[in-house]
Amino acid sequence: MLETYLKLIWAYLKIGLFGFGGGYAMLSLIQNEIVGSSWCPQITNQTFTDIVAISQMTPGPIGINSATYIGYVACGGSVLGSLAATVAVVLPPFLLVLYASHFITKHESSAIIKGAFMGLRPVVVGLIASAALLLMNGENFGTTEPDIIKSVLLCVGSFGVVYFTKIHPILVIIAAGVIGYFIFI
Amino acid sequence: MKIKDNVYIQLFVTFFKIGLFTFGGGWAMISIIQREIVDNRHWIEEDDFLDLLAIAQSMPGILAVNISTVIGDRLRGVKGSLAASIGTIVPSFVIILLIAIFLTPDTIKNNATLTAIFKGIRPAVVALIIAPVITTAKSAHINWKTVIIPIAVALLIYSKWAYVSNPIVYIVLGAAGGYLYYVNFVVKKKKEGEQC
Repeated sequence: MLETYLKLIWAYLKIGLFGFGGGYAMLSLIQNEIVGSSWCPQITNQTFTDIVAISQMTPGPIGINSATYIGYVACGGSVLGSLAATVAVVLPPFLLVLYASHFITKHESSAIIKGAFMGLRPVVVGLIASAALLLMNGENFGTTEPDIIKSVLLCVGSFGVVYFTKIHPILVIIAAGVIGYFIFI
Repeated sequence: MKIKDNVYIQLFVTFFKIGLFTFGGGWAMISIIQREIVDNRHWIEEDDFLDLLAIAQSMPGILAVNISTVIGDRLRGVKGSLAASIGTIVPSFVIILLIAIFLTPDTIKNNATLTAIFKGIRPAVVALIIAPVITTAKSAHINWKTVIIPIAVALLIYSKWAYVSNPIVYIVLGAAGGYLYYVNFVVKKKKEGEQC
């Protein structure tokens, strides 16, 4: 049990330390560190997708939401697991931000940061794309032909609404849930 | 700065409210924090806020937590940064913890109604992740020359091969490569331009 806590903390320290590019880019780190890992079989691609859905529909950043939920589930229903993962994901950036705001002057940091972010931008696009690719599987789109067809239609429809209109993602998730209730039951 | 009594409590409560009422984190949260801290409470000047935002953005981690940390630190040092960042985190922590307790993966699996609802939701969530691929590609000015970078990164991570599929590799390579390119090409070109 202690081993699970340590692995969870180590995974979230890394996710916090390398979490550049916002919540969606962080998804790819969480997938690599946690989803499908031997110490945390409870978090499958499907459960991970459900966590993203829950995160979208509740207040707060996805990084915190996923840490809290995964920490609880990974440690067998433990509030301490939630707390450990959440503290681990915020600790490295917290210390770095404090250090940066005191010791790095604007001038000396600008070349490093400008250059680094120039290189990070295309990488972040790839990270988000990999997160999407890894979630397009039988766990999320079903395994029978009718299920796959319905799921692909829901995915394409949701994409159209999110990308081309200003309708809030929460409404898209609720609508997809309602449609799911009628077509999958 | 107009905070006097119970500063830490005020910082905590302000960021707690922001954490409780903002959906989605990130930029949605930044605009609310700006309105609350700069426009309503006048704790920090607009220019100062933009400087702090630049620091928060240039560090890894969760943007909303990072900006709370720098603002708390600017106002009341390390204790202030703790009060502000814990305030931002606590609402989502408590809400998700309650959901985790009552809506476990098994609860969804063993309930036909929830299973059907989530079967509908999952493809929509994938769509919600595809959309920012395109919007971030546009804002990063990806063209036909640089498009190879995100495609290679995505496919190598997707491959699930040991080491090669670790996103941290590409974050480090991207940052280091970007820095070297910037120092060797962009800065040099600028200097050469100045000499002419």
